[in-house]
Amino acid sequence: MAHSGINILFEGRNFTRLLGGLWISAKIAVIAIILGILLGIIFGALRTLHNPVLRFVLRIYLEFFRIVPTVVLLFLFYYILPKNFNMNLGAETVAILVFTLWVAAEMSDIVRGGLISVPPHQVEAGEAIGLNRLQLYYYVLLPQSIKLMIPATINLTSRVIKTTSLLLLISVMDVINIGQQIIEANSQHYQNGAFWVYGFIFILYFILCYPLSLWARHIERKELAENA
Amino acid sequence: MMKKKSVLKFSLAFAAALSVAAIAPQPTKAASNASSVSAIKKRGTIKIAVFGDLPPYGWVTKSGKRTGYDVALARQVGKDLGTKVKFVQVNADSRVDALNSNKVDMVLANFTVTPERKQAVSFAKPYMKVSIGVVSPKKKVITKASQLKGKSLIVTKGTTAENYFTTKQKGVTLQKYDSKTQQFNALKNGRAAALADDNSYLFAWVKNHKNYKVGIKTLGPNQYIAPGIKKGNKNLTSWMNKEITKLNKKGFFKKDYNDNLKPYFGSDVKPSDIIITK
Repeated sequence: MAHSGINILFEGRNFTRLLGGLWISAKIAVIAIILGILLGIIFGALRTLHNPVLRFVLRIYLEFFRIVPTVVLLFLFYYILPKNFNMNLGAETVAILVFTLWVAAEMSDIVRGGLISVPPHQVEAGEAIGLNRLQLYYYVLLPQSIKLMIPATINLTSRVIKTTSLLLLISVMDVINIGQQIIEANSQHYQNGAFWVYGFIFILYFILCYPLSLWARHIERKELAENA
Repeated sequence: MMKKKSVLKFSLAFAAALSVAAIAPQPTKAASNASSVSAIKKRGTIKIAVFGDLPPYGWVTKSGKRTGYDVALARQVGKDLGTKVKFVQVNADSRVDALNSNKVDMVLANFTVTPERKQAVSFAKPYMKVSIGVVSPKKKVITKASQLKGKSLIVTKGTTAENYFTTKQKGVTLQKYDSKTQQFNALKNGRAAALADDNSYLFAWVKNHKNYKVGIKTLGPNQYIAPGIKKGNKNLTSWMNKEITKLNKKGFFKKDYNDNLKPYFGSDVKPSDIIITK
């Protein structure tokens, strides 16, 4: 072979274009995760209240976003709903919206699970010293359950980052989309360009996700040590 | 028992949610056409769907600039409207949805006119034609379909070439492959007398394979590539029809062919094999 395939990454502006695509993917993931977690904490707390209507509605919401595949949600919000409701959002806005709603749904279940695992006598003790509902959450329930929520939340975060690879289906110029442009534009010169481009994208996703998984492991270890 | 009940409740609620979506206000036809010529001019940008990964029709250079035969037409349309062009990159299967959900005003993405698509979108005047071609080794070149009787012919599954030979040329034995790479390898390995596919792909392929020739350049009915426009948008369709007639008079498509397609197709293809000059 006259030239090495890895050069495909450094031709012209290819390298900065790929990083630009990664920036779009990461930006959407980070915004959606932050908004989704905040929303999810509220929904999760609401789901521990004894209001059957509220619980039912939130349960439907959770099941909907958990059961329907993300691809379908993206298509629904990007192509199908605008037809009926005459509203038109940009691709990135739709991506952030769908991912936020999805994270909020999954997060509400994590938060609910964490909150109800706090032993009831803790709540009763809190009530006995005269804390109101909000204070109960703030001083008793959240501090004791947050440790239980963190590993699942980190897991959710890396799932969201990986799922950004679906965004090319709704015309978001994410890192995979740019990668495909580069592969096809160079298919005459670089027969195995796909290997190098996807290999590079793999490394980029790895750099984003691996620290999260290290952090999760660190927290688990710390917890084991504390409980021992 | 409890479980059954909640399943029932869920499905009821789900059905309710769906029906809300169904009866939601449909945009009435009379309500402004968001993609009319005047609306586009007022907006100052025309949104055009293009491919990003199909050289030489719509692709991106290493400096990140969109280019290709379709993209050149898109830029010209923007120029003649006096608006900027916003490119929306689409895949083959999202072209119809992009129009119907108003994500784009027009599709210029190697969009072949078919009766099924005509049900879903409107097409303006075609600006390119494709047809089935047959490529064979120069030593034993096939120039007429009748020469293929009793011989093997390579095709890719799901292409118009497969369809045409299965229904119209029954005397030919077909070897069917799954991908372009496989079918061309099979031809190189001498597994059949010839290979049939869209002529535009074959022209590009023989450019890099000097021992082969597109002996039959067109076979069967022509298929046309045309701008796709949202169904019912007569305003933009008629503007685009005039635009294509005007550009043809100015020799735009011949220049576009020479700029974008010729380097891929080589010299034994004439512009008139691909572009429409009427």
